[in-house]
Amino acid sequence: MILDSKIPEGPLAEKWTNHKFNVKLVNPANKRKYDVIVVGTGLAGASAAASLAELGYNVKAFCFQDSPRRAHSIAAQGGINAAKNYQNDGDSVYRLFYDTIKGGDYRAREGNVYRLAQVSVNIIDQCVAQGVPFAREYGGLLANRSFGGAQVSRTFYAKGQTGQQLLLGAYSALSRQVANGKVKLYPRTEMMDVVTVDGKARGIVTRNLVTGAIESHSAHAVLLCTGGYGNVFFLSTNAMGSNVTAAWRAHKKGAYFANPSFTQIHPTCIPVSGDHQSKLTLMSESLRNDGRVWVPATKEISEKLRKGQIKVNDIKEEDRDYFLERKYPSFGNLVPRDVASRNAKYVCDEGRGVNETGEAVFLDFRDAIKRDGEDTIKAKYGNLFDMYQQITGDNPYQVPMMIYPAVHYTMGGLWVDYNLMTTIPGLYALGEANFSDHGANRLGASALMQGLADGYFVIPYTIGDYLAQNSNERISPDHPEFKKAEVEVSERIEKLLSIKGEKTVDFFHKKLGKIMWDYCGMARSEEGLTKAKAMIKELKKEFWSNVNVLGGNEELNQSLEKANRVADFLELGELMVDDALSRNESCGGHFREEYQTPEGEALRDDENFAFVSAWKFLGEGQEEELNKEPLEFENVKLTQRSYK
Amino acid sequence: MNLTLKVWRQKNTADQGGFKEYKISGISEDMSFLEMLDVLNEDLSTKGEDPVHFDHDCREGICGMCSLYIDGKPHGPQQTTTCQLHMRSFSDGDVITIEPWRAKAFPVLKDLVVNRSAFDRIIQAGGYVSVNTGGVPDANEIPIPKSIADLAMDAAQCIGCGACVAACKNASAMLFTSAKISQLALLPQGQVERKIRAEKMVAQMDAEGFGACTNTGACEAECPKGISITNIARMNREYFSAVVSSDSV
Repeated sequence: MILDSKIPEGPLAEKWTNHKFNVKLVNPANKRKYDVIVVGTGLAGASAAASLAELGYNVKAFCFQDSPRRAHSIAAQGGINAAKNYQNDGDSVYRLFYDTIKGGDYRAREGNVYRLAQVSVNIIDQCVAQGVPFAREYGGLLANRSFGGAQVSRTFYAKGQTGQQLLLGAYSALSRQVANGKVKLYPRTEMMDVVTVDGKARGIVTRNLVTGAIESHSAHAVLLCTGGYGNVFFLSTNAMGSNVTAAWRAHKKGAYFANPSFTQIHPTCIPVSGDHQSKLTLMSESLRNDGRVWVPATKEISEKLRKGQIKVNDIKEEDRDYFLERKYPSFGNLVPRDVASRNAKYVCDEGRGVNETGEAVFLDFRDAIKRDGEDTIKAKYGNLFDMYQQITGDNPYQVPMMIYPAVHYTMGGLWVDYNLMTTIPGLYALGEANFSDHGANRLGASALMQGLADGYFVIPYTIGDYLAQNSNERISPDHPEFKKAEVEVSERIEKLLSIKGEKTVDFFHKKLGKIMWDYCGMARSEEGLTKAKAMIKELKKEFWSNVNVLGGNEELNQSLEKANRVADFLELGELMVDDALSRNESCGGHFREEYQTPEGEALRDDENFAFVSAWKFLGEGQEEELNKEPLEFENVKLTQRSYK
Repeated sequence: MNLTLKVWRQKNTADQGGFKEYKISGISEDMSFLEMLDVLNEDLSTKGEDPVHFDHDCREGICGMCSLYIDGKPHGPQQTTTCQLHMRSFSDGDVITIEPWRAKAFPVLKDLVVNRSAFDRIIQAGGYVSVNTGGVPDANEIPIPKSIADLAMDAAQCIGCGACVAACKNASAMLFTSAKISQLALLPQGQVERKIRAEKMVAQMDAEGFGACTNTGACEAECPKGISITNIARMNREYFSAVVSSDSV
């Protein structure tokens, strides 16, 4: 199949405007004859559900949490980018577009990214109109701050809780449509499969997480706004429930999966403290503005420190290696996320890591406190310091913080065209669930922008084009295709419950996570990936013969929920490894040890790998088929990133 | 450390439910409270016993999903969410009692899991500004004094966990409801629907079966986000002025 990205013709700046004029419309009176299913209620899902309902479509919105407001978008801290140029510092739509393409290491589509930059300004207007309390200056106008990968201040924020405030804004719009009767909410309901009729997405099968009921819902189009799959690593900054199931079931029904191995590993997270750890907590990127990253200069000092024979504050200045400042004198501690993460790994691999585990580096505010005073630092980062102390029990005003990289975001996802439609007609993917805008590395404060762009300003236009060309005839959820899918879902659940093996679901999840982290994490090699592939296959086999899922289907059963999700992560893990193996270059978050410059930096191969990898599922137990969508750069010149 | 847990077990809403005691050992003080329960559940699962069900998701104190009533306090001894409570707040040998939120409007679904959809319905009654996507003015055309924006942000920080209801002897939802009413009453965007919002949200709150406020301040003391009861005072002002001048009498 030739992947048609459907990027409109014409100059970059006019593509979206022309496209909006060229798409077909559904007239206002006919919109009520179409039903749309939205799975997931994060920024992308809630904004799409609300906007489509406002237009007049009938929307059903699903989430596995107890309320739409819990979706993991809520945890985003830093902010949201927009090319408003309120600061008069040289920002523009083109600059935001350029920074995003470059930040993504030239593995994203120009057309999509330009549109994202264009609608970014509308997002801020929309959120302010909803009553989102963004930070303001004394004059009453909006405040901005700067973020990694940009030389302008274009990030809008609401304390350290920007994701929360934006999500609550979208949730309020969604709630209004629930009150209007245009959206029907299905909380504590998990999508188990997508149903296609005559090759088009016509609905989903769900499991009611309280009663266990397996139910079918039909519609004219289905939107997957189900987030990323970082939890394949078990430990990540994602919420415990974040999962790949909806996207993966769609993949197995024919939707191509793009760049699955593109994972963002965030450098500043609170390190793992023991085997009991269930998740990792992010400390905002902004800390690197004042904190200095270092480890002891020798293995011996690190060892003494780990054994508690010396204290960190006793280590002399000459025994401290500020490795980022040493290697990257011009960017110092503010190198991009992928570079900072990789270098932390290098020093820990050398045995110079700190913490009991040896897997942490220091982020030290001693010099900043000496320079600016404790009060200034407290005003800037007080809440983060408190959070750190709450979790670790250490006071970062007195001893340096310890940080380590952790899985944070997945740039990969379901392949979509310019209209956000997957390779299954009528099935769309929005937000982190799709692959489209961040290339091989996402810039800070861009995830919120993309989720809301897709939901508020892209899908309301592009979905009409599809619906207008399809009959509004409704299909019964008793249609044989739905019944068939229900049977498959029930059989799988019964199978999981009947294995009654010896190991818990978490046992398998943790094991998978370790394989992924060791071999498909910050640094990858052909040898390691090949090994990982065999290990995952073996683990998958063991899962299906030795997992113990307690309880039954007809009840609230959290073991069963987890088992369903982990079963899909096991399959996804294998595809991620395949994807990483097939991309013989390093780019952004994808670092193959075989492909690096003599200085140890990522070495891209634009001649052979300037494409999107889109994987097609061919059947159980079969290798997936790799399809390539070439990336064409007409406006941006490809260059090697350097931060020396 | 070694602990004794007295955990509320209840099969479903219809079940009577009761406490069950568990011994747990080898707990590190670096664990969060929920990770301690993960250890218990891993033990139970290995023994073939149904794990203790509890709500949780982000585990970084912002989604509002976790909801345990620990030793008579919502979210336990610290003023945080349960997921941010760490075992260093407890000592070796402690007996810890864990219950679900207790309120008529929050029926227990299983063990420690309750249904908080009533909160969603209160927001649906009017916790929004009625603007459609698109067609809104430029963001900087609505200047807002910083002090007002900050006050609105303080109220908007509510995570909807329900600790205020669980803490209140009357199971009142006034702190939750007032946080949203305050946020929108303070901001210029919320002025158009100010009166009708207060009337409708308060009516919905009452219809859900939450109790009245008697100003004990327990909600504020237990709120993991420090939402102030001055919001309740503001809500009461909003409500009274809306009712006395209501068009819908």
